[in-house]
Formats: sequence, structure tokens, C-alpha cells
Amino acid sequence: MAERHITNDDLVEILHLINRTYGYDFSDYSRASIKRRIHRSMDMSNLETAYELKFRLANDAEYFRWFLEVLTVNVTEMFRDPEFYTELREKVFPALATYPIIKIWHAGCATGEEVYSMAIMLKEAGLLERAKIYATDLNPLNIEKAKKGITSLQHVKSYTHNYIRSGGKTDFSDYYSAQYGAAIISSELRKNILFSQHNLVTDQVFNEFQLICCRNVLIYFNKDLQNRVISLFYDSLSPMGYLAIGTKESLLFTEVRDRFEVISAENKIFRRKKSSTSIK
Amino acid sequence: MTEVVAIGGSAGSLPVVMAILKALPVAFDYTVIVVIHRLKNVVSEMERILAEASNLNIREPEDKEPIKKGIVYLAPQNYHLQIEADRTFSLDYSEPVNYSRPSIDVTFECVATVFKGRSVAILLSGANADGAAGLGKVIENGGTGIVQEPNTADYKLMPQAAIDKNKRALRQSPDDIVDYVSTVNSSQKPRE
Ligand SMILES: C[S@@+](CC[C@H](N)C(=O)[O-])C[C@H]1O[C@@H](n2cnc3c(N)ncnc32)[C@H](O)[C@@H]1O
Repeated sequence: MAERHITNDDLVEILHLINRTYGYDFSDYSRASIKRRIHRSMDMSNLETAYELKFRLANDAEYFRWFLEVLTVNVTEMFRDPEFYTELREKVFPALATYPIIKIWHAGCATGEEVYSMAIMLKEAGLLERAKIYATDLNPLNIEKAKKGITSLQHVKSYTHNYIRSGGKTDFSDYYSAQYGAAIISSELRKNILFSQHNLVTDQVFNEFQLICCRNVLIYFNKDLQNRVISLFYDSLSPMGYLAIGTKESLLFTEVRDRFEVISAENKIFRRKKSSTSIK
Repeated sequence: MTEVVAIGGSAGSLPVVMAILKALPVAFDYTVIVVIHRLKNVVSEMERILAEASNLNIREPEDKEPIKKGIVYLAPQNYHLQIEADRTFSLDYSEPVNYSRPSIDVTFECVATVFKGRSVAILLSGANADGAAGLGKVIENGGTGIVQEPNTADYKLMPQAAIDKNKRALRQSPDDIVDYVSTVNSSQKPRE
């Protein structure tokens, strides 16, 4: 590994340049992570200095598209953390079933694997017809991929395993068709999903939901931004609506923790407390 | 004054980690951070074993958890364990570094950046070169770097790589390491 080093000042300038040129504000992302992401992108594109990187970013929009892919960590899988899905089915779905229309928001959905997992679960619970799923991500390339509903066949084995562990009811192969080394998610699962671009840093409340899933996104934010985004979720939830975050993420260290009650401490499922006042 | 003792190890390091933790004083005024490579999908048995082995306050931190003294933090499997300037942990799920996640280099480098000369990094047995660069950062920033004497390690590659890369690293046997850690911040002599 090369010994590239950007200073804190460099970092601030790079983030400022990105915001000015492309409109993405990363200034409140976890500093340790974002610095490592930037070092990694420099390694991968053979850039030696912060100056070279800034020059490239300022003059090459195509490079930025690639750079954004490296910056936002896109790793995801279907039925990631199977126990989470089990608890969701057992503790959240019965409440969701009481609504005539069930609105769900996946914030930071990456390439859609989590969203399709949700659709499968809803279908098996007989709720998919009534569900309206909004799936958003900051990265337009992710949204493009997610819309296609294609995932690589090579991962299907481990997804099948996850699906079974989560308590899936049928054969996982019912939900996709294999074509040229890819698994194409069945169109039935896709019809109630709306994918679109939404930036949690700068965009606003756009609907009211009974369930918001924002898993493994908050870890890339600093504490301030976590507070702001959780407030956004609070304001986007119906009274008694549910919020699910990643298994290593926590509301405990945020200012808004008292606004939620814990449904599953292990799998990080929370419910908005009834009080109707908005935060701030 | 030492604020953080960071311990990194891989294959063959567990017995030494256990010995170090068992020898910790009942109350200690610094933070211990342990990063051990583990296999993917192995439930964290280790946390249980370690907690039983020594009546310690030991935990896997969650994201943005403030770092406290007198606690042993264990890097959760499959995440890099980072430290922010405001002395909170942050977790990172990006690709492995040195084929490892958690990576010892990642944590050691954060320790060096945030705690500078008030840190000790200890690198134990292992079969890859993770940790060598991070140990170098700790030393560069005025901290202490200790490497398990390769002849005493089940797997020499990791300690040897760190020694080759860092001329100023101290080489110690497991016993010496245990003595060293149990007397951090105290003028007392180690127990016999
Ligand atoms: C690690 S993925 C998580 C995917 C999925 N939720 C899961 O848990 O498997 C993180 C995603 O968050 C997205 N993201 C990062 N910052 C964001 C922001 N400010 N607004 C919306 N999405 C963001 C990234 O583009 C990336 O797709």
C-alpha cells in the first residue's frame, strides 16, 4: 500500500470542492471513514497528492461519478442479518397489517437488495398488494442498478441461505429467474416499489411512513448529522411508526433517543412515541 | 500518562490476549482496545470467553459510542473499528484492509492520530502483515510500539513484519508484555 497522506485541511478543501461542483455535502460524514475512502480512491486511480485529486475532481465529471462509487460504501446483500427480518416479521408486520395502505421508506437502499428482501417478506405475509415502497439513495448509479432488479447469480447461494435463516416460507428460487449469470428479480415483487434519488443531508420529508429502514448508512455520518437525519425520520413517521437501523448502529448516542421506544434492542428496531410534536 | 493500550493479533494470539487481560488491575485508568482477526460468521464466542476469563468490563462498541476509561473494547467482527477526533468509536463496513476486517492497521492508525504519544500499541502472533503500518504510525506520533518476540509466537509473520518495518519497536516475550500492561500508569512493581 502506498503511503499517501492528505491533511485535515486538504480534506476540508476536497469536500468543499465536491459540494461546490457537484452539490453533494459530505462535510458531516465520519472523518475517519471519509479520509480512508479518499485515500482508497487515490490509490485506485494512482493519484499521489491532494492537489492532483482536486484537479481531477474539478475538471472531470466522469471521474467524479466513479469517485462517488468509492466514497459511498455500497456493499449490501439480500436478507442481511436474517434475525432482523425474523423480528420484523414477528414484531412489526402485525402492526403494519392494520393499515389500509402501508408506506415504507428504505433510505440508503444501495442497489436494492434490501428492498427486494422486504418485498418478499411482505408478499409472504400477504401485505405486498397494500404496500407502497419508496426506496432512495444518494447515488444515482445505485438507483439505476436497483431499478433493473438484477443481482449477481454468484451471490444467490448465500442469499438463499439468509432467506432460509430469516424464516422464509417458500423456495427462494421462486423469486428470481436466472439469465446469463444474473438473477433477475420477478416483476411481481417490483411493481410496488418506487426508486428515486434522495440525499439525507439536503433533502426533506416527502411523505409519511409506517416503517423506515435506514440500515448501515448512519455509521458513515458524524454525530451531528446522525441527529439531523434521525429527526428527519421522526418527522417522516406516522405516530407509532417504526424505524429500523443497522445492527451496530445506535440511537443511544443521539439527542432524539427519548422520542423512540425500543422494540428490539438486538436488531435495532424502534417505534416513534406517540407525541405529535415535531422536533424543533 | 497512557490513555490507550491497543492490542492487535491474529492466528495464535488469543492465549496472549487472555493473559494480558487477566493481569489487568481491577480498576485501570486507561482504555484497552483489542482487535483480533476472526472468521466471518463466527458468532462472537470470544467476547463471552474473554469476559468469563477475567472479571472485566468488556464490550463490543456500537457506532459513535464514547470511549471510556477502565473498559476493554473488542472490535466487532466484520467491521473496522475507527476512532474519531471527539473520542468516539466509529464503525466502518468497507472492504477489508490487508485481507482483514477488522483491520489492525485501521485501528492503530486512528489510535495514533487521536491519542498521539499517550498510546501504546501491541502486536502479537499472526500469519499476515496487518498491524505493521499502524504500529509505525503509533511510534511516529510518539507512542510506544511493542511487538511479540517472533520466536515466542505461534505464527511469526505478523510480528516479524512489524519488526522489519519498525526499527524502534520493542520486542518482548508474552510474559514481559503482560508485566508491561499490568503496570501501565503505575509506579508499582508487577506482582510476582
Ligand atoms: C452500506 S450501504 C447500505 C445498503 C443497505 N441499506 C444495507 O444495509 O444493506 C450505504 C448506502 O447509503 C448511501 N448513502 C450514503 N450517504 C447517503 C445520503 N446522504 N443520503 C442517502 N443515501 C446515502 C450510499 O450511497 C450507499 O448506497
